Amino acid sequence: MGRPATLRIRGVRPHLAPYTENVSAASDTLAESAGRQPSVGTSRRPARRLEVAAIKSDFPVLDRQEGDDLVFLDSAASSQKPIAVIEAMDHYYRTSHANVHRGVYRLAEQATNLYEAARSKVGRFVGASDPSREIVFTKNATEALNLAVRSWGRANLRQGDAVLLTEIEHHANLVPWLMLAEEIGVELRYLRVMSDGELDLSQLEQKMTGARVVSFTLCSNVLGTLVPVEPIVSAARAAGATVIADGAQFVPHMRTNVRELGIDMLAFTGHKMLGPTGVGVLWGKAEVLESMPPFLGGGEMISDVRLDGFTPAELPLKFEAGTPPIAEAIGLGAAVDYLDGLGMEAVRAHELQLVEYAMRRLAEDHGDRLKIHGPQDPERRGGVLSMELEGVHAHDLSQVLDSRGVCIRAGHHCAKPLMRCLRVGATARASLYVYNDESDVDALSAALSEASAFFGLR
Amino acid sequence: MSGLEDLYREIILDHYRNPRNDGELPTPPAQRAEGFNPLCGDEVVVYAEVDGDKLRDVKIAGQGCSISRSSASMMSVAVKGLSTTEVREVIRTFKAAMSMHESQLESDEALPGPRADLSGLGDLAALQGVVKFPVRIKCATLSWNTLAQCLDQAEQAAGS
Repeated sequence: MGRPATLRIRGVRPHLAPYTENVSAASDTLAESAGRQPSVGTSRRPARRLEVAAIKSDFPVLDRQEGDDLVFLDSAASSQKPIAVIEAMDHYYRTSHANVHRGVYRLAEQATNLYEAARSKVGRFVGASDPSREIVFTKNATEALNLAVRSWGRANLRQGDAVLLTEIEHHANLVPWLMLAEEIGVELRYLRVMSDGELDLSQLEQKMTGARVVSFTLCSNVLGTLVPVEPIVSAARAAGATVIADGAQFVPHMRTNVRELGIDMLAFTGHKMLGPTGVGVLWGKAEVLESMPPFLGGGEMISDVRLDGFTPAELPLKFEAGTPPIAEAIGLGAAVDYLDGLGMEAVRAHELQLVEYAMRRLAEDHGDRLKIHGPQDPERRGGVLSMELEGVHAHDLSQVLDSRGVCIRAGHHCAKPLMRCLRVGATARASLYVYNDESDVDALSAALSEASAFFGLR
Repeated sequence: MSGLEDLYREIILDHYRNPRNDGELPTPPAQRAEGFNPLCGDEVVVYAEVDGDKLRDVKIAGQGCSISRSSASMMSVAVKGLSTTEVREVIRTFKAAMSMHESQLESDEALPGPRADLSGLGDLAALQGVVKFPVRIKCATLSWNTLAQCLDQAEQAAGS
């Protein structure tokens, strides 16, 4: 693979280069876009190659001087943070902090402007038509889903109403529904997962019949399965069902446009997309959010409070009770800028190429001793590799890998029902992101060989 | 692999590959209790047959990592045939060995020492190295907590 000349794009450091076979076309597009800000989240540029060495240098933790080099392969749990995000938050606290939407003094106005600018950036990133009303900041994706389930569910569901979920959901999109089922007695239905990690859509229409809402993940955090959105949304529309999507593992990795997806609500989190912990997002169509009652009560979410009642605030503050995660939202805004600089098409192209390499390399080095769950076609999956190494429990594998600086996740990945479907107690999950390259996959494979040897399998 | 040999002693791997007292017991007369490690999904099922004040038989089922499985296997060997009072004493000793003072965890000094000594407990002494890997301590203690639960159930059954 040749290394084409790097290009400067919109003030972002030269982390992108056109694919060699596509140099002239990509250069033309870059020249066109150089002088203007492309419409974020909806732009369709030819995918370019990420310059991973340059990207790695933006992430201080990857350069820490402790023991072995850090091979970080756990971004599906939480990604690392680039300097731009760390500095945006640091700069905010050093120069602009005050509570938002309260003070009339200039400092408070400055903080409010930064917070609301972050809301706009995040909204544009996912293609929201009205970011200033449709983006609700929460604590994380879990809280965003709880907001959707509790508020929308309580207002719209009655005993016996059907809710369609899937067997591959994270606990965050299961437990809130189970709680609601206990409370008001809704019927939970599930799209089944097949042994290849794909959802069985053969009974989609039947299961959607009479369902009031369907709530599903866009990308499995265990299997990497990219869920086919179009047929589910079509069936939901035909049945008149509301569509809620869990984008925690999707938004950080794929170009996302909520209008093109045709969904009603989308939950995702900042810390898996280069942003800080402590901030998540619920996007909802304005008319859907308008129809929902408040979730948490307190300051900021009201327009009037009397001793005998209250009037909720307008969107989106209606859903943002109490002082919000201001610095975190600003950090997330910086993360979105960073990802926009790379281009989400390029991020996906990079991860796809890396997953292809990883699956080929791991199969060559470990053969049948290593099972990788989920779709075997890299095009059908995100950058998540759930592995089982023969004779070595995931915990032990993770421990041996850690002794080589390789960070992976071992366990049930907060998806116990899915693990039961797979008939495994735990898997070892390696997940890829913008700062990973083939050298990280090579280090993983070498460490897997050492684990096999250590447990006496060779 | 520096450090790993402290965790994965040969005797631990032996108990992992060849678990002792693997299986189930009919309930009743045996008590059955399940233990879960919510962090990782490890599950252990302990069967304990208490006859009077004696732990007549113990069997272990479930699935888990080498540390949780070997700890359960060694535990079954160590406690089978003891009086329930002696079993509780062994559980206390083992759990004390696996627990650490926070000050020990926070200090940068040499690896924290256990508060209790496992040297009198045969193969179990091999698990002493687990305290150097704090996230694995829950793996080692899972079956012990579950055995204690079995004893509580047996006491309740005898008392009722």
